[in-house]
Amino acid sequence: MIGVQAEPFDAAALLADFSARAAGAGAIASFTGLVRSENDGAAVSGLELDHHPRLTEQAIAGIGADAAARFALTDVAIVHRHGALAPGEAIVFVAAAAPHRRAAFDAVDYVMDRLKTEAPFWKREHRDGGAHWLEARDSDRADRHRWETKAG
Amino acid sequence: MKILFFGRLKDGAPAGPVPPGVRDTAALRAWLGRGWPELLDASIRIAVNDEMIVGNRVLDESDEVAFLPPMSGG
Repeated sequence: MIGVQAEPFDAAALLADFSARAAGAGAIASFTGLVRSENDGAAVSGLELDHHPRLTEQAIAGIGADAAARFALTDVAIVHRHGALAPGEAIVFVAAAAPHRRAAFDAVDYVMDRLKTEAPFWKREHRDGGAHWLEARDSDRADRHRWETKAG
Repeated sequence: MKILFFGRLKDGAPAGPVPPGVRDTAALRAWLGRGWPELLDASIRIAVNDEMIVGNRVLDESDEVAFLPPMSGG
């Protein structure tokens, strides 16, 4: 369950499917990212996520495979939206299944940190009566860096 | 040759058809950058046929070249 799609998704339904397929795992952790209704104190009326039709999917598949290997996951899911999104809509869903909880928690955290810094997405936020292209935050890069200093 | 632009570059377009003398990514970037200096910035990365490139790469007519500004994450 790895993909990039324009259509909205139901995170609860994705998690139910994932859990059914992960039967036998000792732990499942999941994360759902939502479009914020404000950023830097300004109301956000919506955003657009530009992506590359093939590079983005390749990058996400690679991140999923790396997480599966690094944390010995029994399964991993990453579903990401592109296109126009409204505040409150789910933008990304990540789930990891593993024999024990720590690997599942860490894998989801790791996948998100890599998605935020390496997946080819370009975000344009509509706020202040205008549209603004954003870039990865320094805090996102610092989060990503944590995984380079840990063993394994 | 197909040239694609993403993110904050997506509303731009080349000034015209790529001249025959432009045969690699460095020359393509330099040619586009004459009318669009933002493309000369090292933070703008290039992918050829869905592969990120480092350094220069020879191009032919069938190649698809993508100009990628810094990513913003999902």
